[in-house]
Amino acid sequence: MKRIVLKICSAAVAVLVLQTTGCGKPRESITMAGSTAFQPFAEKLSDQYMNAHPEVAITIQGGGSALGIQSALSGTAQIGMADLVTLPKEADAMKSIIVARDGIAVVVNPANRVAALTLEQVRGIFSGTIKNWKDVGGADHAVAVISRESGSGTRTSFEQIIGGIALTADALIQDSNGTIRETVANDAYAIGYLSHGMISEKIRPLTIDGFSCSEKDIMAGNYKLVRPIFLVYPPAISPAGQAFLDYLLSAEAQEILYANGLIKAK
Amino acid sequence: MKINCEKIAKCLLTAVAFSALLSLLLIAIFIFKEGFPFMLKVGVSDFLFSSAWNPQMGQFGIFPMIVASLYVTFGAMLIGAPLGVAGAIFMNEFLPRPAMRIIKPTIELLAGIPSVVFGFLGVMVLAPLIRNHMGGPGLSILAASVILGVMVLPTVISISTDAIGAVPHSYRDGALALGATRWQSVHMVTLKAARSGIIASIILAMGRALGETMAVIMVAGNTVKIPHAVTDPVRTLTANIALEMSNATGMAREALFATGVVLFVVIMILNAIALSVMKSRGGRR
Repeated sequence: MKRIVLKICSAAVAVLVLQTTGCGKPRESITMAGSTAFQPFAEKLSDQYMNAHPEVAITIQGGGSALGIQSALSGTAQIGMADLVTLPKEADAMKSIIVARDGIAVVVNPANRVAALTLEQVRGIFSGTIKNWKDVGGADHAVAVISRESGSGTRTSFEQIIGGIALTADALIQDSNGTIRETVANDAYAIGYLSHGMISEKIRPLTIDGFSCSEKDIMAGNYKLVRPIFLVYPPAISPAGQAFLDYLLSAEAQEILYANGLIKAK
Repeated sequence: MKINCEKIAKCLLTAVAFSALLSLLLIAIFIFKEGFPFMLKVGVSDFLFSSAWNPQMGQFGIFPMIVASLYVTFGAMLIGAPLGVAGAIFMNEFLPRPAMRIIKPTIELLAGIPSVVFGFLGVMVLAPLIRNHMGGPGLSILAASVILGVMVLPTVISISTDAIGAVPHSYRDGALALGATRWQSVHMVTLKAARSGIIASIILAMGRALGETMAVIMVAGNTVKIPHAVTDPVRTLTANIALEMSNATGMAREALFATGVVLFVVIMILNAIALSVMKSRGGRR
């Protein structure tokens, strides 16, 4: 009895070992990590790319812009994604390209009757000097400010572009574009900001200084809240990685990004 | 052949047993190594008792989060402990045995529900209720306490049930024979005899509430501010680590490890209390 159990066990181990060492064609693997704002787009594009190139396996991970740069530096990912106005110093050793541009929409609940704010008012609301919606033409109710965690690419860009924001201590913090959207959709008096591509009918983007967060106004340079999305990668990137980067900048991929709510790189 | 097998099995089991201990030790060493130098650099009292948290600007005060963790945990116990202990008493003393055989596994099943599901319920159901009826943003101490209170129920109930079930029947029979009513025998005899087990269950549940992260991030609002009402949003120690880990570099990252050190110490203290309580139970038998 014991012998039989032993034999079965060793057979199982042998099968496992064989499977992991793998027979068959090796696949080139590419890992991308970083910005949660660009992650869904990267997933979409990598699916397209893998359909056309079955020999390549692409893994897309989130984790945030800072993690994207770090993992590209440390080599845990070949390509890091970062949505920042400017890249930090530690990315100097790496090569970088702008793959797309992304508007940051300031959003409120559809039940809110405020439709437009000035840049000054946005600064006031997020800094905590404007605390009631009636000060900006809304209902007499306290503003629920919702922001991202410190270090987030979207938050860093948002605060950098608006300038002079010292986030109010009363702000609720959510850790992704998606949870910001859910929170604003659930609270009639909330205000938050998120990636242009995340706008849905559950929330309403505001016009800032009279311009809406639309391609037209972003392309014309009227809408100010726009940040580039960088891809950072080591100078000695693998040929497969380079081919994927080329694909991301190709007219086809850029068209897909555009169709899904991002602004083309060029 | 046989002797060999014995020896191999013994060695294997020893190695496995010690690996658990080793991993605990390694985790402790790692967290302290990463976090403790930072605490000394910033100043232990500044780190523990300052209220300004702004890692990007070099401000690292986790006092609001310590307060928040304690409030939320205390709130969860306020809800979870009475419900859980009452449930355990009911199941042991008033419920017919066959019914208990169905209900107890069901309650233990509750422990298997992922915390993110509790968090989701909190965001979708509880937070809007609190916002509409009590004001504030809804995501709050109260929401987190209620969600955690429900989450710790299985811990409290199953350990308390075991403790109450372990009270010898002769105690109850004695009380009843002396003319006590059923309720008198429960609260004057059974509960007294099972007291240390019940306390241990509450302390273990407290550790669970203190360490819970996902559900708390979803329902607590994560505002770094000392709360003044139960409807105020707060950020707990665990939420702070999980929220900022992915984006933190340099000092900010070390600050999160230091947050981990504080959490580790608090949980160790709780566990030590739980252990000593359980030991005193063993000693009295």
